[in-house]
Amino acid sequence: MINQLFRYILLFIVLVFVQVLILDNLQISSFAVPFLYVLFILMLPFETPGWFLLLVAFFTGFVMDLFEHTYGIHTAATLLMAWLRPGVLKLIAPQDGYVPNSEPMIRDYGFAWYMKYSVILVFLHHAFLFYFEVFTFHHFFTTLFRVFISSFFTIFLIILSQFSVYKSKGVGRG
Amino acid sequence: MRNLLRFLYKYYFFLLFLILEVIAVAMGIQYNLYQRARFVSVTENISAFFNESISSFSDYFHLVETNRKLSLENTRLKNQLQRIYRSDDLFFFGEKDTLHRQKYFFTSARVINNSVNRMHNYLTLDKGRAQGIRPEMGVVCPDGIVGITAGVTKNFSSVISLLNTNFHVSAKLKKNDYFGTLSWDGQDYRRALLSDIPYHVPIETGDTVVTSGFSAVFPEGILIGIVEKAEVENGNFYTATIRLTTDFKHLVYVDVISNLEKKEQKKLENYD
Repeated sequence: MINQLFRYILLFIVLVFVQVLILDNLQISSFAVPFLYVLFILMLPFETPGWFLLLVAFFTGFVMDLFEHTYGIHTAATLLMAWLRPGVLKLIAPQDGYVPNSEPMIRDYGFAWYMKYSVILVFLHHAFLFYFEVFTFHHFFTTLFRVFISSFFTIFLIILSQFSVYKSKGVGRG
Repeated sequence: MRNLLRFLYKYYFFLLFLILEVIAVAMGIQYNLYQRARFVSVTENISAFFNESISSFSDYFHLVETNRKLSLENTRLKNQLQRIYRSDDLFFFGEKDTLHRQKYFFTSARVINNSVNRMHNYLTLDKGRAQGIRPEMGVVCPDGIVGITAGVTKNFSSVISLLNTNFHVSAKLKKNDYFGTLSWDGQDYRRALLSDIPYHVPIETGDTVVTSGFSAVFPEGILIGIVEKAEVENGNFYTATIRLTTDFKHLVYVDVISNLEKKEQKKLENYD
């Protein structure tokens, strides 16, 4: 239990550092900013109680707001994502449900399931984030383009992280 | 009462989300609507430290370009000096001359963090309060204006970039001195908008836009950009698209301008 907690704290610190020190300095184009830190919300265990999920999301978003100097924008987007997470998990649940002690990762539920899970949540997070940042629907399609490109990079990095970081043994099906 | 508790228990997930979301959105809206001097937090110092190490490394990649720019500017300054000396010695005033009041003081600083792909872009400079930087000083580079300092810590300062939708500066057409407001619409890091130029003013593609010097932040006549196209918007005013001369993707060294007479001017202007 303590071990598990320690693992998540470490993951949080690593994700914040990667986001602030590498991704924010990596100017791929003026349209694309990957926000890999949302992976933290995706990684939380299935059994996470709702209130805890929301508080973690609030804290994560707030820390990102501090570093990005955006005040509330990341907090609001991450909260929305955390709130939608249980619903999305129910929506895309495999036929025999989620196995206890398994984690929302590729190694437990497969590539197709994980793609659905991450694409839906990351896209909604990015859409809310970018439209809230622009604060107008004036340049609707420019912003939409931004959302698509950035989501693409974020999802790419998330999938990449699934294959590289955790190599411990699988618990779920298969 | 019991029903209320049951209701709260049943929908606590949504209610908690709603409360937290309202807090977050309120923070975001407040930031979007009002321009505020930036709150310099502990995180600023931490990220400034890391950014400095990153940029000291990445600076090597820009050495050739930076050298070229510095040498170009040197040549330009030498030419200016030459012209002043040759035409008439009287035009050149030393700093200690009692007839001459020095109005602006330039401090060179290095950009250690910069972005162009947000709505609210900021730069971080490696000079701060200890080196004489204060909030609300103009920042320029050899090619044009860059931004205005906002938060200042002991050794670092953060600059509201021109590429920030909250940034506004008074600008004028060089050829006829008509002034308007320059702002950025968040679209393209190479273009900004000049608005509030009256309809009757002749404005053409290729006109030079410079600072007006009204704000006591920038001296008069600092280059901003070239008019790319001008359109009449809502009746009586032009909105012109300006091609910026500053390349915000290649900023390495900038100058921070302190106006030595700003306090005096502000005092007079606020006196009523």
